Amino acid sequence: MNVLIFAEQIDGIFKKSTFEAISYGNDIAKKTGGQAIAAVLGKVDNAHLAELATYGADKIIHVNNDKLSAFVPESYAKVVAEIANNENASVLVISNTYTGKSIAGRVAAKLKAGIASGVISAPDTASGFKVRRGVFSGKAFADVNISSAIKVLAITPNTFDIKQDAKSADIAEMSADLSDADFITNIVEVSRVTGKIPLTEAEVVVSGGRGLKGPENWHLIEDLANALGAATACSKPVSDMHWRPHSEHVGQTGITIKPNLYIAVGISGAIQHLAGVSSSKVIVAINKDPEAPFFKAADYGIVGDAFEVMPKIIEAAKALNS
Amino acid sequence: MKILVCLSNVPDTTSKITFTDNNTKFNTAGVQFIINPYDELALTRALEITEKQGGTVTTITVGLPETEPSIRKGLAIGATDAVRVNAEATDAYFVAEQIAAYAKAEGFDLILTGREGIDYNSGQVAGLLGEMLGLPSVNVITSIEIENGIATMERDIDGGKEKVSCKLPLVASAQKELTEPRIPNMRGIMAARTKPLKVVEATGSEKTSATVAFDLPPAKGGVKLIAPEDAASLIGILHNDIKII
Repeated sequence: MNVLIFAEQIDGIFKKSTFEAISYGNDIAKKTGGQAIAAVLGKVDNAHLAELATYGADKIIHVNNDKLSAFVPESYAKVVAEIANNENASVLVISNTYTGKSIAGRVAAKLKAGIASGVISAPDTASGFKVRRGVFSGKAFADVNISSAIKVLAITPNTFDIKQDAKSADIAEMSADLSDADFITNIVEVSRVTGKIPLTEAEVVVSGGRGLKGPENWHLIEDLANALGAATACSKPVSDMHWRPHSEHVGQTGITIKPNLYIAVGISGAIQHLAGVSSSKVIVAINKDPEAPFFKAADYGIVGDAFEVMPKIIEAAKALNS
Repeated sequence: MKILVCLSNVPDTTSKITFTDNNTKFNTAGVQFIINPYDELALTRALEITEKQGGTVTTITVGLPETEPSIRKGLAIGATDAVRVNAEATDAYFVAEQIAAYAKAEGFDLILTGREGIDYNSGQVAGLLGEMLGLPSVNVITSIEIENGIATMERDIDGGKEKVSCKLPLVASAQKELTEPRIPNMRGIMAARTKPLKVVEATGSEKTSATVAFDLPPAKGGVKLIAPEDAASLIGILHNDIKII
Protein backbone atom coordinates (compact mmCIF):
# COMPACT_ATOMS: atom_id res chain seq x y z
CA MET A 1 0.00 0.00 0.00
CA ASN A 2 1.08 3.54 -0.62
CA VAL A 3 1.90 5.41 2.56
CA LEU A 4 1.73 9.19 2.76
CA ILE A 5 3.84 10.76 5.49
CA PHE A 6 3.16 14.33 6.60
CA ALA A 7 6.69 15.72 6.88
CA GLU A 8 6.37 18.39 9.54
CA GLN A 9 8.84 21.26 9.39
CA ILE A 10 9.47 24.46 11.30
CA ASP A 11 11.09 27.34 9.37
CA GLY A 12 12.31 24.97 6.67
CA ILE A 13 13.90 22.47 9.05
CA PHE A 14 12.48 19.00 9.59
CA LYS A 15 11.96 17.80 13.11
CA LYS A 16 13.43 14.61 14.52
CA SER A 17 9.88 13.26 14.79
CA THR A 18 9.50 13.81 11.04
CA PHE A 19 12.37 11.43 10.30
CA GLU A 20 10.86 8.93 12.74
CA ALA A 21 7.60 9.18 10.77
CA ILE A 22 9.41 8.70 7.44
CA SER A 23 11.16 5.56 8.74
CA TYR A 24 7.90 4.27 10.19
CA GLY A 25 6.00 4.91 6.95
CA ASN A 26 8.79 3.43 4.83
CA ASP A 27 8.61 0.20 6.84
CA ILE A 28 4.88 -0.12 6.15
CA ALA A 29 5.32 0.67 2.46
CA LYS A 30 8.10 -1.92 2.09
CA LYS A 31 6.18 -4.58 3.96
CA THR A 32 3.05 -4.10 1.88
CA GLY A 33 4.70 -3.45 -1.47
CA GLY A 34 3.92 0.25 -1.85
CA GLN A 35 5.65 3.58 -1.95
CA ALA A 36 6.59 5.89 0.92
CA ILE A 37 5.56 9.39 -0.15
CA ALA A 38 6.44 12.45 1.88
CA ALA A 39 4.21 15.52 1.83
CA VAL A 40 6.03 18.76 2.64
CA LEU A 41 3.95 21.90 3.07
CA GLY A 42 5.60 25.29 3.18
CA LYS A 43 9.00 26.49 2.04
CA VAL A 44 11.87 24.02 2.41
CA ASP A 45 15.03 24.11 0.29
CA ASN A 46 16.14 21.17 -1.87
CA ALA A 47 19.03 20.19 0.37
CA HIS A 48 16.67 19.74 3.28
CA LEU A 49 14.02 18.05 1.15
CA ALA A 50 16.61 15.51 0.06
CA GLU A 51 17.14 14.49 3.69
CA LEU A 52 13.78 12.71 3.55
CA ALA A 53 15.11 10.38 0.85
CA THR A 54 17.95 9.25 3.09
CA TYR A 55 15.40 7.80 5.50
CA GLY A 56 13.41 6.01 2.85
CA ALA A 57 11.05 8.42 1.07
CA ASP A 58 10.43 7.16 -2.48
CA LYS A 59 8.84 10.41 -3.55
CA ILE A 60 8.75 13.89 -2.06
CA ILE A 61 5.85 16.19 -2.81
CA HIS A 62 6.60 19.80 -2.00
CA VAL A 63 3.82 22.35 -1.85
CA ASN A 64 5.59 25.67 -1.69
CA ASN A 65 2.70 28.07 -1.47
CA ASP A 66 3.30 31.31 0.42
CA LYS A 67 -0.06 30.96 2.09
CA LEU A 68 1.19 27.81 3.83
CA SER A 69 3.95 29.63 5.68
CA ALA A 70 1.52 30.01 8.59
CA PHE A 71 0.11 26.80 9.99
CA VAL A 72 -3.66 26.94 9.51
CA PRO A 73 -5.13 23.49 10.18
CA GLU A 74 -8.02 23.74 7.71
CA SER A 75 -5.71 24.59 4.82
CA TYR A 76 -3.03 22.05 5.74
CA ALA A 77 -5.61 19.28 6.10
CA LYS A 78 -7.10 20.14 2.73
CA VAL A 79 -3.74 19.90 0.95
CA VAL A 80 -2.67 16.70 2.74
CA ALA A 81 -5.98 15.02 1.91
CA GLU A 82 -5.67 16.12 -1.72
CA ILE A 83 -2.17 14.60 -1.97
CA ALA A 84 -3.43 11.39 -0.33
CA ASN A 85 -6.10 11.12 -3.01
CA ASN A 86 -3.70 11.93 -5.87
CA GLU A 87 -1.22 9.33 -4.67
CA ASN A 88 -3.74 6.61 -3.83
CA ALA A 89 -2.42 6.48 -0.29
CA SER A 90 -4.14 3.98 1.94
CA VAL A 91 -2.14 4.81 5.06
CA LEU A 92 -1.33 8.31 6.32
CA VAL A 93 1.38 8.77 8.92
CA ILE A 94 1.39 11.94 11.00
CA SER A 95 3.48 12.66 14.11
CA ASN A 96 1.31 13.11 17.17
CA THR A 97 2.78 16.55 17.91
CA TYR A 98 0.62 19.64 18.53
CA THR A 99 0.83 20.38 14.81
CA GLY A 100 0.14 16.79 13.80
CA LYS A 101 -2.79 16.50 16.20
CA SER A 102 -4.32 19.66 14.75
CA ILE A 103 -4.63 18.16 11.28
CA ALA A 104 -4.91 14.39 11.82
CA GLY A 105 -8.62 14.49 12.68
CA ARG A 106 -9.46 16.91 9.90
CA VAL A 107 -7.62 14.79 7.33
CA ALA A 108 -9.37 11.66 8.63
CA ALA A 109 -12.79 13.30 8.32
CA LYS A 110 -12.02 14.46 4.76
CA LEU A 111 -10.95 10.98 3.70
CA LYS A 112 -13.62 9.16 5.76
CA ALA A 113 -10.67 7.36 7.30
CA GLY A 114 -10.47 5.59 10.61
CA ILE A 115 -7.92 7.18 12.89
CA ALA A 116 -5.69 5.95 15.68
CA SER A 117 -3.59 8.43 17.62
CA GLY A 118 -0.79 7.93 20.09
CA VAL A 119 0.27 4.89 18.05
CA ILE A 120 3.26 3.00 19.48
CA SER A 121 3.51 -0.04 17.19
CA ALA A 122 3.90 -0.86 13.53
CA PRO A 123 0.59 -2.05 12.06
CA ASP A 124 -0.11 -5.76 12.23
CA THR A 125 -1.54 -6.54 8.80
CA ALA A 126 -1.76 -10.32 9.24
CA SER A 127 -5.54 -10.12 9.49
CA GLY A 128 -6.95 -6.65 9.19
CA PHE A 129 -4.98 -3.59 10.23
CA LYS A 130 -4.16 -3.48 13.91
CA VAL A 131 -2.05 -0.95 15.83
CA ARG A 132 -1.24 -0.51 19.49
CA ARG A 133 -1.80 2.87 21.11
CA GLY A 134 -1.32 4.34 24.56
CA VAL A 135 -4.48 4.87 26.61
CA PHE A 136 -5.32 6.04 30.13
CA SER A 137 -2.41 8.48 29.86
CA GLY A 138 0.20 5.76 29.73
CA LYS A 139 -1.37 3.47 32.31
CA ALA A 140 -2.40 0.97 29.61
CA PHE A 141 -2.35 0.09 25.91
CA ALA A 142 -5.18 -0.61 23.49
CA ASP A 143 -4.99 -2.67 20.32
CA VAL A 144 -7.17 -1.01 17.71
CA ASN A 145 -8.32 -2.52 14.45
CA ILE A 146 -8.98 0.06 11.74
CA SER A 147 -11.51 -1.16 9.20
CA SER A 148 -11.88 1.79 6.80
CA ALA A 149 -10.21 1.75 3.38
CA ILE A 150 -7.89 4.62 4.34
CA LYS A 151 -6.19 4.72 7.73
CA VAL A 152 -4.72 7.69 9.56
CA LEU A 153 -2.03 6.94 12.14
CA ALA A 154 -0.83 9.66 14.49
CA ILE A 155 2.35 8.15 15.89
CA THR A 156 3.92 9.00 19.24
CA PRO A 157 7.22 10.89 18.95
CA ASN A 158 10.34 9.30 20.50
CA THR A 159 8.94 5.83 19.92
CA PHE A 160 10.29 4.66 16.57
CA ASP A 161 13.87 4.47 15.38
CA ILE A 162 15.18 6.67 12.60
CA LYS A 163 16.65 4.28 10.01
CA GLN A 164 18.93 5.10 7.10
CA ASP A 165 17.51 3.83 3.81
CA ALA A 166 18.86 6.03 1.05
CA LYS A 167 16.74 6.24 -2.08
CA SER A 168 16.89 8.45 -5.14
CA ALA A 169 13.58 10.13 -4.60
CA ASP A 170 12.05 12.60 -7.03
CA ILE A 171 11.07 15.95 -5.66
CA ALA A 172 7.75 16.94 -7.20
CA GLU A 173 6.65 20.53 -6.80
CA MET A 174 2.90 20.84 -6.49
CA SER A 175 0.72 23.89 -6.47
CA ALA A 176 -2.27 23.75 -4.20
CA ASP A 177 -5.59 25.26 -5.05
CA LEU A 178 -6.28 27.35 -1.97
CA SER A 179 -8.77 30.13 -1.49
CA ASP A 180 -9.59 32.54 1.33
CA ALA A 181 -12.18 30.06 2.57
CA ASP A 182 -9.30 27.76 3.55
CA PHE A 183 -7.84 30.40 5.83
CA ILE A 184 -10.58 31.38 8.23
CA THR A 185 -8.16 31.13 11.12
CA ASN A 186 -5.72 33.99 11.22
CA ILE A 187 -2.34 33.42 12.88
CA VAL A 188 -1.63 36.68 14.66
CA GLU A 189 1.63 35.89 16.39
CA VAL A 190 3.95 32.93 16.89
CA SER A 191 6.37 32.89 19.79
CA ARG A 192 8.65 29.91 19.91
CA VAL A 193 11.36 29.48 22.47
CA THR A 194 14.50 28.95 20.44
CA GLY A 195 17.50 26.95 21.56
CA LYS A 196 15.38 24.94 23.95
CA ILE A 197 14.38 21.34 23.35
CA PRO A 198 10.61 20.82 23.30
CA LEU A 199 9.62 18.53 26.14
CA THR A 200 7.80 16.01 23.96
CA GLU A 201 10.83 15.54 21.72
CA ALA A 202 13.54 15.48 24.36
CA GLU A 203 15.53 12.26 24.76
CA VAL A 204 16.47 13.19 28.30
CA VAL A 205 14.19 15.02 30.73
CA VAL A 206 15.09 16.34 34.18
CA SER A 207 12.03 17.02 36.28
CA GLY A 208 11.47 18.65 39.66
CA GLY A 209 8.79 18.40 42.31
CA ARG A 210 7.77 19.99 45.56
CA GLY A 211 10.88 18.51 47.20
CA LEU A 212 12.85 21.40 45.67
CA LYS A 213 11.02 23.74 48.06
CA GLY A 214 10.71 26.71 45.72
CA PRO A 215 11.34 28.11 42.22
CA GLU A 216 14.57 29.73 43.43
CA ASN A 217 16.12 26.26 43.64
CA TRP A 218 15.38 25.34 40.03
CA HIS A 219 19.00 25.87 39.04
CA LEU A 220 19.52 22.33 40.36
CA ILE A 221 17.17 21.05 37.65
CA GLU A 222 18.35 23.44 34.94
CA ASP A 223 22.06 22.89 35.54
CA LEU A 224 21.71 19.13 35.21
CA ALA A 225 19.44 19.54 32.17
CA ASN A 226 21.97 21.85 30.50
CA ALA A 227 24.82 19.47 31.20
CA LEU A 228 22.86 16.56 29.71
CA GLY A 229 21.24 18.47 26.82
CA ALA A 230 17.93 17.67 28.44
CA ALA A 231 14.55 19.38 28.64
CA THR A 232 13.10 20.39 32.00
CA ALA A 233 9.75 19.32 33.39
CA CYS A 234 7.84 19.46 36.65
CA SER A 235 5.08 17.82 38.68
CA LYS A 236 1.49 19.10 38.91
CA PRO A 237 1.80 20.80 42.33
CA VAL A 238 4.81 22.73 41.04
CA SER A 239 2.89 24.11 38.04
CA ASP A 240 -0.23 24.68 40.18
CA MET A 241 1.86 26.83 42.54
CA HIS A 242 3.24 28.67 39.47
CA TRP A 243 6.82 27.78 40.32
CA ARG A 244 7.09 26.62 36.73
CA PRO A 245 4.96 27.19 33.58
CA HIS A 246 2.11 24.73 33.01
CA SER A 247 3.72 23.69 29.72
CA GLU A 248 6.32 21.83 31.82
CA HIS A 249 3.75 19.81 33.76
CA VAL A 250 4.03 16.14 32.95
CA GLY A 251 1.46 13.65 34.16
CA GLN A 252 -2.08 12.53 33.50
CA THR A 253 -3.55 16.03 33.20
CA GLY A 254 -0.36 17.50 31.74
CA ILE A 255 1.87 16.18 29.01
CA THR A 256 2.65 12.52 28.49
CA ILE A 257 6.27 11.98 27.57
CA LYS A 258 8.48 9.03 26.78
CA PRO A 259 12.10 10.09 26.77
CA ASN A 260 15.00 7.64 26.90
CA LEU A 261 15.86 8.92 30.34
CA TYR A 262 13.63 10.60 32.91
CA ILE A 263 15.24 11.95 36.08
CA ALA A 264 12.70 12.87 38.79
CA VAL A 265 13.99 15.02 41.60
CA GLY A 266 11.89 15.56 44.71
CA ILE A 267 8.76 14.09 43.11
CA SER A 268 6.94 11.51 45.21
CA GLY A 269 5.44 9.68 42.23
CA ALA A 270 1.66 9.95 42.57
CA ILE A 271 -0.24 7.66 40.21
CA GLN A 272 -1.25 10.65 38.04
CA HIS A 273 2.37 11.72 37.62
CA LEU A 274 3.60 8.20 36.86
CA ALA A 275 0.93 7.87 34.18
CA GLY A 276 2.61 10.63 32.19
CA VAL A 277 6.16 9.30 32.42
CA SER A 278 6.01 5.54 32.91
CA SER A 279 6.79 4.84 29.25
CA SER A 280 10.23 6.42 29.63
CA LYS A 281 12.92 3.85 28.85
CA VAL A 282 14.95 4.50 32.01
CA ILE A 283 13.68 6.28 35.11
CA VAL A 284 15.84 7.68 37.89
CA ALA A 285 14.14 8.82 41.10
CA ILE A 286 15.82 11.04 43.67
CA ASN A 287 13.84 11.54 46.84
CA LYS A 288 14.63 11.76 50.52
CA ASP A 289 11.60 9.65 51.45
CA PRO A 290 12.49 5.95 51.02
CA GLU A 291 8.75 5.18 50.89
CA ALA A 292 8.13 7.49 47.90
CA PRO A 293 6.06 5.53 45.32
CA PHE A 294 8.44 6.65 42.58
CA PHE A 295 11.01 4.09 43.75
CA LYS A 296 8.59 1.33 42.69
CA ALA A 297 8.46 2.72 39.16
CA ALA A 298 12.13 3.67 38.83
CA ASP A 299 15.10 1.76 37.45
CA TYR A 300 17.62 3.65 39.56
CA GLY A 301 17.00 5.42 42.82
CA ILE A 302 18.85 7.62 45.25
CA VAL A 303 17.33 8.01 48.70
CA GLY A 304 18.75 11.36 49.68
CA ASP A 305 18.29 15.09 50.01
CA ALA A 306 18.19 16.73 46.58
CA PHE A 307 20.19 19.68 47.88
CA GLU A 308 23.08 17.39 48.81
CA VAL A 309 22.81 14.88 45.98
CA MET A 310 22.18 17.12 42.97
CA PRO A 311 25.41 19.17 43.11
CA LYS A 312 27.40 15.93 42.96
CA ILE A 313 25.42 14.67 39.98
CA ILE A 314 25.66 18.03 38.19
CA GLU A 315 29.41 18.09 38.68
CA ALA A 316 29.78 14.57 37.28
CA ALA A 317 27.55 15.42 34.32
CA LYS A 318 29.58 18.54 33.55
CA ALA A 319 32.80 16.50 33.76
CA LEU A 320 31.36 14.14 31.15
CA ASN A 321 31.20 16.96 28.61
CA SER A 322 34.60 18.47 29.31
CA MET B 1 -24.00 33.56 22.08
CA LYS B 2 -24.93 29.91 21.71
CA ILE B 3 -22.22 27.55 22.94
CA LEU B 4 -21.97 23.77 22.78
CA VAL B 5 -19.57 22.00 25.15
CA CYS B 6 -18.65 18.35 24.60
CA LEU B 7 -18.52 16.51 27.92
CA SER B 8 -16.97 13.10 28.31
CA ASN B 9 -17.41 10.82 31.32
CA VAL B 10 -14.04 9.38 32.39
CA PRO B 11 -12.49 7.46 35.29
CA ASP B 12 -11.11 9.64 38.07
CA THR B 13 -7.38 10.31 37.72
CA THR B 14 -6.56 8.18 40.79
CA SER B 15 -8.22 5.09 39.28
CA LYS B 16 -6.32 1.88 39.06
CA ILE B 17 -6.70 0.68 35.50
CA THR B 18 -7.61 -2.98 35.05
CA PHE B 19 -9.52 -4.94 32.42
CA THR B 20 -12.04 -7.78 32.34
CA ASP B 21 -13.46 -10.22 29.78
CA ASN B 22 -10.09 -11.49 28.68
CA ASN B 23 -8.64 -7.95 28.53
CA THR B 24 -11.29 -6.63 26.17
CA LYS B 25 -13.25 -4.40 28.56
CA PHE B 26 -12.28 -1.68 31.02
CA ASN B 27 -13.06 -2.83 34.56
CA THR B 28 -15.38 -0.19 36.02
CA ALA B 29 -15.72 -1.97 39.40
CA GLY B 30 -14.91 0.46 42.19
CA VAL B 31 -14.03 3.22 39.71
CA GLN B 32 -15.31 6.74 40.32
CA PHE B 33 -16.32 8.57 37.16
CA ILE B 34 -15.92 12.30 36.63
CA ILE B 35 -16.32 14.93 33.92
CA ASN B 36 -13.14 14.82 31.85
CA PRO B 37 -10.99 17.58 33.45
CA TYR B 38 -10.27 19.37 30.16
CA ASP B 39 -13.99 19.31 29.26
CA GLU B 40 -14.74 20.83 32.65
CA LEU B 41 -12.41 23.72 31.83
CA ALA B 42 -14.19 24.15 28.49
CA LEU B 43 -17.55 24.24 30.28
CA THR B 44 -16.36 26.75 32.86
CA ARG B 45 -14.92 29.06 30.23
CA ALA B 46 -18.16 28.81 28.21
CA LEU B 47 -20.11 29.88 31.31
CA GLU B 48 -17.76 32.81 31.92
CA ILE B 49 -18.36 33.97 28.35
CA THR B 50 -22.15 33.70 28.47
CA GLU B 51 -22.32 35.30 31.93
CA LYS B 52 -20.58 38.34 30.46
CA GLN B 53 -22.22 38.46 27.04
CA GLY B 54 -25.46 36.56 27.51
CA GLY B 55 -26.39 33.31 25.82
CA THR B 56 -26.76 29.62 26.50
CA VAL B 57 -24.41 26.73 27.16
CA THR B 58 -25.56 23.29 26.04
CA THR B 59 -23.53 20.19 26.88
CA ILE B 60 -23.43 17.09 24.72
CA THR B 61 -22.22 13.66 25.79
CA VAL B 62 -21.99 10.49 23.75
CA GLY B 63 -22.61 7.79 26.32
CA LEU B 64 -24.94 5.25 27.86
CA PRO B 65 -27.28 6.10 30.79
CA GLU B 66 -24.48 5.58 33.35
CA THR B 67 -22.89 8.83 32.15
CA GLU B 68 -25.83 10.89 33.47
CA PRO B 69 -24.33 11.73 36.91
CA SER B 70 -21.50 13.56 35.11
CA ILE B 71 -24.00 15.25 32.78
CA ARG B 72 -26.04 16.38 35.83
CA LYS B 73 -22.86 17.71 37.38
CA GLY B 74 -22.30 19.78 34.24
CA LEU B 75 -25.80 21.21 34.68
CA ALA B 76 -25.06 21.87 38.37
CA ILE B 77 -21.92 23.79 37.41
CA GLY B 78 -24.17 25.97 35.29
CA ALA B 79 -24.94 24.57 31.83
CA THR B 80 -28.36 25.62 30.49
CA ASP B 81 -29.34 22.22 29.16
CA ALA B 82 -27.80 18.90 28.15
CA VAL B 83 -27.98 16.34 25.37
CA ARG B 84 -26.98 12.71 25.66
CA VAL B 85 -26.46 10.64 22.52
CA ASN B 86 -27.43 7.18 23.65
CA ALA B 87 -24.44 5.14 22.45
CA GLU B 88 -21.12 3.93 23.73
CA ALA B 89 -18.27 6.30 22.84
CA THR B 90 -16.17 3.74 21.00
CA ASP B 91 -13.79 5.97 19.08
CA ALA B 92 -13.14 9.63 18.27
CA TYR B 93 -14.52 9.38 14.73
CA PHE B 94 -17.82 7.95 15.92
CA VAL B 95 -18.13 10.49 18.75
CA ALA B 96 -17.40 13.41 16.41
CA GLU B 97 -19.98 12.11 13.89
CA GLN B 98 -22.66 11.97 16.57
CA ILE B 99 -21.90 15.46 17.83
CA ALA B 100 -21.75 16.82 14.28
CA ALA B 101 -25.13 15.24 13.48
CA TYR B 102 -26.70 17.03 16.45
CA ALA B 103 -24.86 20.35 16.04
CA LYS B 104 -25.49 20.70 12.30
CA ALA B 105 -29.01 22.11 12.63
CA GLU B 106 -28.48 24.01 15.88
CA GLY B 107 -26.34 26.91 14.71
CA PHE B 108 -23.89 27.09 17.60
CA ASP B 109 -21.55 30.08 17.61
CA LEU B 110 -18.84 28.20 19.45
CA ILE B 111 -18.18 24.52 20.10
CA LEU B 112 -15.70 23.66 22.82
CA THR B 113 -14.16 20.28 23.62
CA GLY B 114 -11.42 19.26 26.01
CA ARG B 115 -7.91 18.81 24.67
CA GLU B 116 -8.34 15.05 24.99
CA GLY B 117 -10.14 12.55 27.16
CA ILE B 118 -7.92 11.36 29.97
CA ASP B 119 -9.19 7.84 29.26
CA TYR B 120 -8.56 7.20 25.56
CA ASN B 121 -6.29 10.21 24.93
CA SER B 122 -7.24 10.55 21.29
CA GLY B 123 -7.36 14.35 21.16
CA GLN B 124 -9.04 14.17 17.75
CA VAL B 125 -12.66 15.14 18.32
CA ALA B 126 -12.13 18.89 17.79
CA GLY B 127 -10.42 18.42 14.41
CA LEU B 128 -12.85 15.76 13.22
CA LEU B 129 -15.80 17.86 14.31
CA GLY B 130 -14.43 20.99 12.67
CA GLU B 131 -14.02 19.22 9.35
CA MET B 132 -17.40 17.47 9.56
CA LEU B 133 -19.15 20.80 10.21
CA GLY B 134 -16.98 22.78 7.81
CA LEU B 135 -15.70 24.98 10.64
CA PRO B 136 -12.19 25.98 11.65
CA SER B 137 -10.72 24.08 14.61
CA VAL B 138 -8.23 25.58 17.01
CA ASN B 139 -6.55 23.04 19.28
CA VAL B 140 -5.19 23.35 22.83
CA ILE B 141 -6.30 26.90 23.59
CA THR B 142 -5.10 28.45 26.83
CA SER B 143 -7.24 31.58 26.48
CA ILE B 144 -10.24 32.78 24.50
CA GLU B 145 -11.87 36.20 24.33
CA ILE B 146 -14.79 37.00 22.06
CA GLU B 147 -15.60 40.42 20.69
CA ASN B 148 -17.83 41.42 17.76
CA GLY B 149 -18.08 37.84 16.53
CA ILE B 150 -14.31 37.32 16.51
CA ALA B 151 -12.56 34.94 18.89
CA THR B 152 -9.00 35.74 19.90
CA MET B 153 -7.19 32.76 21.36
CA GLU B 154 -3.80 31.68 22.56
CA ARG B 155 -2.79 28.11 21.92
CA ASP B 156 0.12 25.82 22.69
CA ILE B 157 2.32 24.87 19.76
CA ASP B 158 5.40 22.66 19.66
CA GLY B 159 8.01 24.59 21.57
CA GLY B 160 5.97 27.73 22.18
CA LYS B 161 2.73 29.61 21.93
CA GLU B 162 0.65 31.10 19.15
CA LYS B 163 -1.98 33.81 19.11
CA VAL B 164 -4.79 33.29 16.62
CA SER B 165 -7.98 35.08 15.76
CA CYS B 166 -10.92 33.54 14.03
CA LYS B 167 -14.44 34.58 13.21
CA LEU B 168 -17.26 32.59 14.75
CA PRO B 169 -18.51 29.91 14.43
CA LEU B 170 -15.61 27.67 15.27
CA VAL B 171 -14.50 24.61 17.22
CA ALA B 172 -11.76 24.88 19.86
CA SER B 173 -10.24 22.44 22.35
CA ALA B 174 -9.41 23.43 25.92
CA GLN B 175 -5.92 23.11 27.35
CA LYS B 176 -5.04 23.46 31.01
CA GLU B 177 -4.68 27.14 31.96
CA LEU B 178 -7.86 28.10 30.07
CA THR B 179 -9.55 28.80 33.39
CA GLU B 180 -10.04 27.29 36.86
CA PRO B 181 -12.78 24.70 37.34
CA ARG B 182 -15.81 25.61 39.46
CA ILE B 183 -17.29 23.60 42.29
CA PRO B 184 -21.08 23.47 41.93
CA ASN B 185 -22.97 25.15 44.77
CA MET B 186 -26.12 23.83 46.45
CA ARG B 187 -28.39 26.06 44.35
CA GLY B 188 -26.75 24.74 41.20
CA ILE B 189 -27.13 21.15 42.34
CA MET B 190 -30.84 21.69 43.11
CA ALA B 191 -31.44 23.47 39.80
CA ALA B 192 -29.66 20.73 37.86
CA ARG B 193 -32.34 18.21 38.81
CA THR B 194 -34.96 19.96 36.76
CA LYS B 195 -32.85 21.29 33.89
CA PRO B 196 -33.59 19.65 30.52
CA LEU B 197 -31.52 16.56 29.62
CA LYS B 198 -32.53 15.39 26.17
CA VAL B 199 -31.66 11.88 25.04
CA VAL B 200 -31.23 11.30 21.32
CA GLU B 201 -30.40 8.07 19.51
CA ALA B 202 -27.15 7.63 17.61
CA THR B 203 -27.11 8.02 13.86
CA GLY B 204 -26.42 4.72 12.16
CA SER B 205 -22.99 5.29 10.74
CA GLU B 206 -20.48 2.55 10.17
CA LYS B 207 -17.64 2.38 12.68
CA THR B 208 -14.16 2.94 11.28
CA SER B 209 -12.24 1.33 14.13
CA ALA B 210 -12.67 -0.99 17.10
CA THR B 211 -10.58 -1.64 20.18
CA VAL B 212 -10.00 -5.39 20.21
CA ALA B 213 -7.84 -5.78 23.34
CA PHE B 214 -6.18 -3.93 26.18
CA ASP B 215 -2.86 -4.56 27.84
CA LEU B 216 -0.94 -3.22 30.83
CA PRO B 217 2.69 -2.10 30.73
CA PRO B 218 5.17 -4.73 31.94
CA ALA B 219 6.13 -4.40 35.59
CA LYS B 220 9.49 -2.79 36.31
CA GLY B 221 12.28 -5.13 37.36
CA GLY B 222 12.87 -3.34 40.65
CA VAL B 223 14.86 -0.28 41.52
CA LYS B 224 18.65 -0.33 41.88
CA LEU B 225 19.57 1.97 44.72
CA ILE B 226 22.64 4.17 44.70
CA ALA B 227 23.90 5.47 48.06
CA PRO B 228 23.53 9.27 48.31
CA GLU B 229 27.26 9.69 48.99
CA ASP B 230 27.96 7.91 45.68
CA ALA B 231 25.39 10.04 43.82
CA ALA B 232 28.00 11.11 41.25
CA SER B 233 28.30 7.46 40.13
CA LEU B 234 24.82 7.75 38.62
CA ILE B 235 26.29 9.63 35.65
CA GLY B 236 28.89 6.88 35.13
CA ILE B 237 26.20 4.20 35.16
CA LEU B 238 24.03 6.08 32.68
CA HIS B 239 26.97 6.88 30.41
CA ASN B 240 29.15 3.76 30.54
CA ASP B 241 26.91 0.89 31.63
CA ILE B 242 23.59 1.53 29.94
CA LYS B 243 24.88 4.15 27.47
CA ILE B 244 21.80 6.30 27.62
CA ILE B 245 23.62 9.65 27.91
